Amino acid sequence: MMSVETEIRFMLNGREVALTVPVTMKTLAMLRERLDLTGTKYACGEGECGACTIEVDGRTVNSCLMYAVDCDGRQVTTIEGLRTPQALHPLQQAFVDHGAVQCGYCTPGMIMQARHLIENRPGLTREDVQRGLEGNLCRCTGYTKVLDAVQDVAAQRAAGCAGAGAD
Amino acid sequence: MTTQAIERYLAPTQLEPALVALTQPGGATVLAGGTDLAPQTEAGVRAYRAALLNIRRIEGLAGITDTGNEIRIGATTTITEVRRSPVLAEIAPVLVAAAERFASDQIRNAATLGGNLCNASPAGDMSPPLLVLDAEVELSRWRDEAVHTRRVPLAQFFLAPGKTVREPEELLTAVVFPRPGAGFTGRFRKAGPRPALEISTVSVALGARLQAGVLHEVRVAMGSVAPTPLRARHVERALEGRALDAATIAAAVEAAGEDARPIDDVRASAWYRGHLVRVFVEEVLNDVRGN
Repeated sequence: MMSVETEIRFMLNGREVALTVPVTMKTLAMLRERLDLTGTKYACGEGECGACTIEVDGRTVNSCLMYAVDCDGRQVTTIEGLRTPQALHPLQQAFVDHGAVQCGYCTPGMIMQARHLIENRPGLTREDVQRGLEGNLCRCTGYTKVLDAVQDVAAQRAAGCAGAGAD
Repeated sequence: MTTQAIERYLAPTQLEPALVALTQPGGATVLAGGTDLAPQTEAGVRAYRAALLNIRRIEGLAGITDTGNEIRIGATTTITEVRRSPVLAEIAPVLVAAAERFASDQIRNAATLGGNLCNASPAGDMSPPLLVLDAEVELSRWRDEAVHTRRVPLAQFFLAPGKTVREPEELLTAVVFPRPGAGFTGRFRKAGPRPALEISTVSVALGARLQAGVLHEVRVAMGSVAPTPLRARHVERALEGRALDAATIAAAVEAAGEDARPIDDVRASAWYRGHLVRVFVEEVLNDVRGN
């Protein structure tokens, strides 16, 4: 049974997009099936695993639970929006350097959530990182290297801030 | 269950058009964070009404305000906002403690306080702390060309799993509770196989004023031990006006069995829930006694 569609307009990774979506479509389906951004992953489809984590107006959410219509007028960032043409995001690089990847399916969600943690809370402890990543499951159970990678970037940030303050 | 086709989508910025939409033929499904609505509709356990009404853009429906005598939390306030609120940290840490253990960061960023209450799960994390804060919910409706608002004590709001006294034409607009008096102390405990993303096996909240070793204005609430979150009146009677000593705590633990009516389900057995609720009552009382 078809439901009504509605037009939405929002900022996606810094660029304005406009499209028409069925009102029950979830943001994850819109990203993957309508906007060809397949970096954001579908796994559990009910907010338990975090593989579909994106950022909306500065807060991370499970895109499988978010109605696409609710993106209207908002700022949406996905894993595709993190790197610059020149380089990976420091977290992406840290995941590479630490080998914080096994099958890789949870990685985009892990990085989106880790980025949110690092940008919102200076001086992250290991426990802060663990609690902050509670909503992201890795079925390969490769958590230790993920935590190492995130803490490494958090420490780099802290050192950078301290250095800037000393000058 | 057949899914009805949605005929209209509305995302008003004002309360009035939202309330009018709820009175229209075919009714409206309220969308806020979507964290319960999405999985329930996807699983087919809940059908959409004729209109999908997004209330997240209604001005004045989010936010935490301290009006002096009362604390008011707007319906679309997220659990993250509850968790980070300096006002609540000072006045109602029992509510912040429950927000700390609510699902995951991603869910807390989307889920709303009003949605958590209207979902009316026996395991809803916000219910026990709000019950011990003696909270009321505001329900608004459009009738005779005007907004009418009634207040319902949260202890009377829940009827059954997924069912509340809210009429289909009504919108839950805010949760309000009186400013706790001096000396008020609160505790929250929740059990589950892991701290995060857990639908609680049992939860217990306590609120009371401890004065010269004696408990006053005792309120105890329990989750996941009955069809609705409930006030544990037997436990409260065992504690009210009593010195908080070992004998009183033992009597309260005994009384917990009168209030809790747990069932066997996929998450735990009735026996285990009955045991846990006694353990939690003992723990929170010993914790208050120790401080």
